[in-house]
Amino acid sequence: MTSTNKLLLEAKGITKYFGTITALENVNLKVHEGECLGVVGDNGAGKSTLMKVLSGLYKPSSGALFFEGKERVLDSPKDSQNLGLEMVYQDLALAGNLPIGENIFLGREPTKNIGFLKFLDFKKIQEMTSAHLEKLKINVKSADQKVEELSGGQRQAVAIARSTAFNAKVVIMDEPTAALAIKEVGKVLDLINKLKSTGVGVIVISHRMDDIFTVCDRVMALFQGTNFAESQLDKTSRDEVIGWIMGKK
Amino acid sequence: MDDKEKKQDSLYVKLIPYFEKYGILLLLVIMILVMHILQPDVFLSWRNVTNVFKQISWQSMLALGVFMVIVTAGIDLSVGSIMMLSLMILAIVAKAGAPWFIVVLVPLFAGFLCGLINGLGITLLRMPHPFIMTLGTLYIFRGTGNLISGGTPISGFTDEVRYLGHGRIDLTWLGLEKSQYLPVSLVLIAVVYFVFWVFLNHSRTGKWIYAIGGNPSAARASGINVNKILIIVYSLCGFLSGIGALILAGRTDSGYPNAGLQSELDAIAACIIGGASFFGGRGTVLGVFAGVMIMGILRNGLNLMDVSSFWQQVLIGSIIVLAVYVDVLRRDFGTRK
Repeated sequence: MTSTNKLLLEAKGITKYFGTITALENVNLKVHEGECLGVVGDNGAGKSTLMKVLSGLYKPSSGALFFEGKERVLDSPKDSQNLGLEMVYQDLALAGNLPIGENIFLGREPTKNIGFLKFLDFKKIQEMTSAHLEKLKINVKSADQKVEELSGGQRQAVAIARSTAFNAKVVIMDEPTAALAIKEVGKVLDLINKLKSTGVGVIVISHRMDDIFTVCDRVMALFQGTNFAESQLDKTSRDEVIGWIMGKK
Repeated sequence: MDDKEKKQDSLYVKLIPYFEKYGILLLLVIMILVMHILQPDVFLSWRNVTNVFKQISWQSMLALGVFMVIVTAGIDLSVGSIMMLSLMILAIVAKAGAPWFIVVLVPLFAGFLCGLINGLGITLLRMPHPFIMTLGTLYIFRGTGNLISGGTPISGFTDEVRYLGHGRIDLTWLGLEKSQYLPVSLVLIAVVYFVFWVFLNHSRTGKWIYAIGGNPSAARASGINVNKILIIVYSLCGFLSGIGALILAGRTDSGYPNAGLQSELDAIAACIIGGASFFGGRGTVLGVFAGVMIMGILRNGLNLMDVSSFWQQVLIGSIIVLAVYVDVLRRDFGTRK
């Protein structure tokens, strides 16, 4: 099914050095429209580094990124955002001192002009936040609540809401369920399925086989910074994937 | 009984945000009342109130600049030196006979440049903490000010140059007496604080300054150019110190080597008393103003009561510790709910 859908994001031969350490070596990755790719690997396998390269936070030492068929050079996360590629970080990347709405629109706040000056449009932020949270069925007391007052699950929900507020085409999630209570895990996985059904390509990095086997269509394993194995989900098993993580085929 | 308790509890919870926002003003009002009771004839007289505002005028500029820096979780130790250097440059330019509008603009520009140097140093030289860069420039700027002036005072400015620090707005048309004038520096404080309140709360850049203080990696991940914002913040802090120099020039009619000595610590103290957090992302412009006022009123009141300046130091130090302790307690209550 995935091969017929449009290719959204492709990484070819990504290599990343930190000084003398090789974090990634010649790694390839593809995501299609409406597809969920699971990325697995042990700690230090290079998953997070790869995601940071894809989001423009790190520049690859060599290799190229293609977005909807065109080669793109990302100088900053702003560039990847402009292309419709969003990242949900493991540490959530929210500013606890700001309200939910201002976090969701951080860096892209709607403004209104008064004379030649631009002012923040708080009313619009509030309205758009409420509508967006409503759409994703995320319950919070109000959009004005500070993020530091929220539970871990609510924060994760805000982080995902943030990534999808601007018609994202590809959303990358780093361990989206790691810090959540069990009943909140289901909600997040539902949210991922909802995103897929709207044609968004999702990349999920996770240690939890339950997550991978609930939402993903394809799974790839990194081992010591290289592509180790890849398969359609229906052609593999949990035991095999766990073996890949440990470097066994 | 249970219901009643619940009601009280919810009222208490509802009051917390207001207390958080305006608690410091409450402290200010209490201080004013206490001073008024202690000095009923003098303290709230027109003459004394305008005096307080004149005395805090240049400190309030430094405090506002340092406040913005503290919101980003940084620190600027060089504001006193920036003010002194800007003042010396102003004095030299004035003595050279430059027209008044040049003399007025020069310290603003000099202050801005000094702040820019701080910002560039912190970001481009990747100093481990702004403390180090601005500690360095604390010495560099003051040394430079002494070098260019030979370390001697330079006095005598024209009325136009002194207007912001020394000017009076006549209110006799309101039926007030000649002695009941409005100091121009008070109007200047109001205007500058309002402009920066709008900037910090209603502009994107202002929001990003708070975001950087809250979580710099979140700001970076949101595509905010953190270094650029930091450079803007330190430059504005320098610019405000330059305004401070212009006010001080008006007040004292001279450029002198000890100008602004240790005033960076006063500025930091005012921010802390006003509720700014050293960890960044927290504090309000109104709070800083209250902090500056509290320090000004304390000094003024103690002077009126003829208390020695040594006691003033002890009291201001105690208030800093007390204000932060109250903040710690408040946060305890806030998180328990």
